[in-house]
Amino acid sequence: MDKIDSELLLKIAELHGIPEGSYNIRKDGTSIGRHSDPDVQIVSKSDKDGIDIIVRAGVKGKSVHIPVLLTKGGMLDTVYNDFYIGKGAEVTIIAGCGIHNDECGESRHDGVHTFHLDKGSKVTYIERHYAEGDGGKKSFSPVTKAIVGKDACLIMESTQLGGVSYTDRKTEAVLRAGAKLIVKEKILTDADDVAHTYFKVKLMGEDSSADIVSRSVARDNSRQKFVSDMIGKSRCFGHVECDGILMDSARIVSSPRIDAISPEASLVHEAAVGKIAGEQLIKLMSLGLTDKQAEDAIIEGFLN
Amino acid sequence: MLQLDKISYSVSSEGGRRDILKDISLNFRAGAITVITGHNGSGKSTMIKLLSGVERPTAGKIIYRGKDITDISIDERARMGFTLALQQPVRFKGITVKKLLDIACGHTNNLNELCEHLSAVGLCARDYINREVDSSLSGGELKRIEIAMALAKGGDVFLLDEPEAGIDLWSFDELTGIFRRLKDKTVIIVSHQSKIMEIADDIVLLDSAGEPKAGSRDEMLPRLAGYRKICSKIQGEGVNG
Repeated sequence: MDKIDSELLLKIAELHGIPEGSYNIRKDGTSIGRHSDPDVQIVSKSDKDGIDIIVRAGVKGKSVHIPVLLTKGGMLDTVYNDFYIGKGAEVTIIAGCGIHNDECGESRHDGVHTFHLDKGSKVTYIERHYAEGDGGKKSFSPVTKAIVGKDACLIMESTQLGGVSYTDRKTEAVLRAGAKLIVKEKILTDADDVAHTYFKVKLMGEDSSADIVSRSVARDNSRQKFVSDMIGKSRCFGHVECDGILMDSARIVSSPRIDAISPEASLVHEAAVGKIAGEQLIKLMSLGLTDKQAEDAIIEGFLN
Repeated sequence: MLQLDKISYSVSSEGGRRDILKDISLNFRAGAITVITGHNGSGKSTMIKLLSGVERPTAGKIIYRGKDITDISIDERARMGFTLALQQPVRFKGITVKKLLDIACGHTNNLNELCEHLSAVGLCARDYINREVDSSLSGGELKRIEIAMALAKGGDVFLLDEPEAGIDLWSFDELTGIFRRLKDKTVIIVSHQSKIMEIADDIVLLDSAGEPKAGSRDEMLPRLAGYRKICSKIQGEGVNG
């Protein structure tokens, strides 16, 4: 790994070198390092590019790092990763992709991730996307699918804070009885960036629940679109919240849809898009911050 | 110390401009608590906004320590020692109580300092420092945090707009105790509460129908009693009429 690789790893996975525990580091389409142990096995797929991550039932407190680095222009890297989380296991998965593109062609990474959470398991999935470089377009179009088993819990924290020219993110989840899905999404776009996010959540089982909170900041001439589709097919609770801060001549479109098929389903959506409230700026300026410092503090807190 | 010199403030309304404050001159003493009171719409909160720099007067000057500060911005005034507590505290998604107190103090507070700031307003730091200043906090909690921020920031001129609003009656003595401890500063409080007026050195009565009346507490309290009677009578006639 060179200096650029190390810096990208730090940005996307807060790694200062090779991580402890199981990991797979992928660079420019190939694995450049892997460690697998009996609790968390990482196995290459035989039919397509990607890996299977198999977490043994009952394993607790383990972490898995699967960062992806892209340092070349004119490269489309698509990878298929499947996660099999055993009964009662609890694991943290740190994914994410860093692009450094100084070349004229587009660098694009599309990660197709499928989660299979067995009964009572719990996954915290942290995904960070970051891009830099003066070259061509830098794109991510991740697809995340999750089947959240009985009483299992999936927590997704996805963050994309600038530098990414184009994103089309799709997340689909099916929840069984007592299952829980918590999503915290943070997106910042600037320049002429485009970011689309789409959620489809099916609350199939009794007492399943989902909480999706998306916070975004759109600057300059960037464009964002948030679409969510939540379906309640039994006694369940679902909440979708999309908050966006608009700056300059940016635009955010939010389309939350909820469909309570069961009369026992309770589904809520909230959406608010607008400029930073003047009263917030005034308050922080009355504490001595300049208008620019106040604006930065509000955005930093909002995306915190 | 702090003077309003022929200050006016007007806003656009149907049929022209409407005066909120007109040709007002007042002097706020240093080392004294001044309570501004008056009926709804008399311009009390506007006066706080003008003093803090949130709004600019349409005419007149604001003089502080002999310097014309009329065109000085809100953040510059804050750095000069003006400290504001809003009538309706602002909510922030994602910003914690600790972060706001850090901004107010201009440095990162340790737990002891946070305890000091929050216990001054009757809150336990451990319960609050990591909470976001958003809709999960009640109006009373927000108000206490607003006052804690003002005290943590410190300064020479405290501008407190209805600081007692939303604070339960049981905590009133605590609150008046806080204001008493600021007596060496220039403290200007907008309030209707007699308990707040009792701790005032000076009282200003704003009346949109005429000149403001200002004087010491002992001079003004009897006049306020008479003013209240007149207001009640007018309201009664209004209802009966």
